[in-house]
Amino acid sequence: MITNTQTLTVLWSVNKGDNMSNKYGNDTDSNIRPAGHGDRRAFMYGNEVVVRAALAAKAEFLYGYPITPQNEIMHYWSRLAPAQGGKFLQTEDELSAGFATLGGIMAGARSFSATAGPGTVLFQEPLSMAEMMRIPIVLIVQQRGGPSTATVIYSQQEVFLAIFGGNGEGLRVVYSPGGHQEMYDYTIKAFDTAWRYRFPTLVLGDGYQAKMREPVVLYDPEERGMQLQPAVPFVGGEGVPGVEREPAHWRNAFSVEEELFEALQPIIHDFQHAAPFLTEMEASDLEGAEIIVTGHGIVGRSAREAVRELRAGGVPAGFFRPLTLRPFPAKDLKRILDSCPRLLVVESAQGQLTKLFRIAIGGELEHRVEMYPYFRPGLGITAEEIAREVRAILGGERKEEARAAVSIL
Amino acid sequence: MSELAMPRSWRRETKPHKFCPGCGHGLVLKALGMAVDRLEIAERVLFGCDIGCSLLAWDFFNLDTVQTHHGRTVPFIVGAKRARPHLIGIAYMGDGGGYAIGVQHLINAVMRNDRILVIIVNNTTYAMTGGQMAPTSLPGQKTETSPGGREPRTEGYPLRGPEMVASFAAEGAYIARGSVSHVQRLALFLERGLQNQIQDKGIAVVEALSTCPTNWRTNAEDTWKYLEKEMADYYPVREFVSPWKENNPRGVN
Ligand SMILES: Cc1ncc(C[n+]2csc(CCOP(=O)(O)OP(=O)(O)O)c2C)c(N)n1
Ligand code: SF4
Ligand SMILES: [Mg+2]
Repeated sequence: MITNTQTLTVLWSVNKGDNMSNKYGNDTDSNIRPAGHGDRRAFMYGNEVVVRAALAAKAEFLYGYPITPQNEIMHYWSRLAPAQGGKFLQTEDELSAGFATLGGIMAGARSFSATAGPGTVLFQEPLSMAEMMRIPIVLIVQQRGGPSTATVIYSQQEVFLAIFGGNGEGLRVVYSPGGHQEMYDYTIKAFDTAWRYRFPTLVLGDGYQAKMREPVVLYDPEERGMQLQPAVPFVGGEGVPGVEREPAHWRNAFSVEEELFEALQPIIHDFQHAAPFLTEMEASDLEGAEIIVTGHGIVGRSAREAVRELRAGGVPAGFFRPLTLRPFPAKDLKRILDSCPRLLVVESAQGQLTKLFRIAIGGELEHRVEMYPYFRPGLGITAEEIAREVRAILGGERKEEARAAVSIL
Repeated sequence: MSELAMPRSWRRETKPHKFCPGCGHGLVLKALGMAVDRLEIAERVLFGCDIGCSLLAWDFFNLDTVQTHHGRTVPFIVGAKRARPHLIGIAYMGDGGGYAIGVQHLINAVMRNDRILVIIVNNTTYAMTGGQMAPTSLPGQKTETSPGGREPRTEGYPLRGPEMVASFAAEGAYIARGSVSHVQRLALFLERGLQNQIQDKGIAVVEALSTCPTNWRTNAEDTWKYLEKEMADYYPVREFVSPWKENNPRGVN
C-alpha cells in the first residue's frame, strides 16, 4: 500500500534507476524490435488497438461514458476484457467516469478511461485531483473537433486541454502517438509511466487514428523485457488502521497558502526531475536542412512523409516531432534549431502546438528562429500540402507569414 | 394542410427531416408542433435541444431554437426562463441526456419547480453515439456496452424518470409519460405541460416512449411491438402528477 507518509520524492528516487522510458526515447527506429514468442500481426481499428494494449498492460478496469470517436474502446473492452478478468462500468457521465477511475486506482486496480472533446473538458476535474494527489490515472483521448460539440470526427484541438486543462500547473504526461503501432506502444507505456512517476498520463490520439484500420504488431510487454510498474493500493491495505498500521489519510484541500505551497514543492520537484526521463521525440533528415518541418500525432506522420518526398526531390528539409507534448523535448528542439533556425509548424488546430514550441524555444533563440504556421483547425493535413508549403516558404513566397505564428500568442 | 400532415410550427424548408426512417423523434416533434399550434404560442417559445439525436431538431421548427450541450439543456432553459419569464421554455432531450449526464439538472429543476417544459425522449438507448446502454435500457436488452444483455444485478433496473420526479414534485407540477404510439394523446400531454408554464403553475416533465429501429436493429413490425409491448409494460403511459385533473379543458384521457 502506498502511504501518504511516504514522501513522493523517495518513491521517485527508488524508481528512476530502472527507467524504461529511455528505452525508445530519442530513438527514431523505435518500430524495429525483437519479435517475442507471443507477437501477433494484426490489422485493426485504433480503438481496438487501445483495448489490446490496455489488456497487454494488465489493465483491470475501464470506467467510461460514450462519446464519439472513442466509443469502440468501450465496445471492444466490454467484449474482450471479461475473458481476461477485465471489468467495465458505464457511468452516468465523464465526471463520474473520471472519479470512478480514481476510486478504482486508489483501491489498487489498474484502471483507465477514454474520452474526447466535451468529455475531455469534464475530465479536467478528476485529472486535477489526480495531479494534486499523484493518482496514476491513464486517460486515452481521441480528439474531435472543437470548441463545444463541434464534430465527432477529428482535430488536434485538445492539446492545451490535455496539458493545461486543470486548475494547476499541468503536472501531467501527454504522449502523442502517430499511428497504430505507437498507439499500442504508448498505451502500454502510459500505464507504466503513470504508476512509475505517479502523474496522470494521457495518450492523445484523434478520431482518424481511432477509426482507421492499419497493421500493428501486438506483443506481450513482459516478453519483451518490460517490467510494468505494479498497481499498488492507496487504501484498503492489510491490518487494522490505527492499530496495526497507519490509517490512510489522503487529501487535496489545504487551509493556508503556505501549506499548499509546501505541499506543491515535492510534486513540482518530482515532475521536473522526471522530465528528462520522460521526454521523447523523433527526428530525421537534419543534415544540411534549411527548414525543419514539424507536427505531432498523425500530422507528424504527414510531415515525415512530406520531408521524405522533399528530400527525394532534392529539397533540403528536416523533420522533428515531439512524441511527448508534456514534458516537451525542448532540449532536442533547441539543438536542432540551433543549426537550422527555420521551422514550419503544421497542426490541425489554430496554433496550440505552436505555442508549445514558442515556450520551448524561448530566450535568445526565439529571435533567430523564423517560424512559419500552417494551421488547419479540425482538418486533416496531407503530405502533399505540407510539401507544397515547404516549397513556397523556401521560394520566398511566405515572407509575410514568417513570425505570424508569434501573433497567435 | 391538416395538422396531422404537418403542424404549422414546423419549418417546411427543413423537411424532410434528418431522422432515420421509423424514428420516433419525428413523431414526438409532431406532437409538440400540434401542441404549440393549438396554444398559438410560437412567438414566445424558446426551444432548446440537447446533444443526442435531438440535435437534429436544431432547425426543425419555425421557433427560436438553441442547441446546447449533452445533458445541459435543462439549466440553459432554466436560465433563460428566469431572466425573461415571458418566454415559454422547452428543453428537448434524450434519455441519456435527461437521466444520465443531466439527471442532476432535472432533479434540481423539479425541486425548484422551474416553469419550463422538459421533454425526454425514451428510446432505451444512446442512439446518436451508436447504441450503448442507457439508464432506460430494459433488462436483458443487448446494446454495444451490454453485449450480453442488461444485467439488473450489476447494471440495475431501468430508471422510471417521471415516477422518480413525481415522488418529490411540488404542487403545480405536471408529470406524465406519453408514447409515439399515441401521438394525439402525447400532444395532449405536451399541451397540458405548456399550459402549466403559461399559467405559472409549475414545471412540466413529459417523457415520450419512442423508437430507434437503427440501433434496435428491428424491422417495422418488431419496432412497433417493442414499443407497445416491452416498453409499455415496463413504462406505464399515463399522467402521474397533474394540476389539470379537476378543471381540465380537454378532460383527462
Ligand atoms: C459531455 C459529453 N459527453 C458525451 C457526449 C457524447 N454524446 C453525444 S449524444 C450522446 C448520447 C445520446 O443519447 P440520448 O441522450 O439518449 O439521445 P438519443 O440520441 O438516444 O436520442 C452522447 C453520450 C457529448 N456530446 N458530450
Ligand atoms: S439513430 Fe435512432 S434515435 Fe437517432 S435518428 Fe436514427 S432511429 Fe432516430
Ligand atoms: Mg436515447
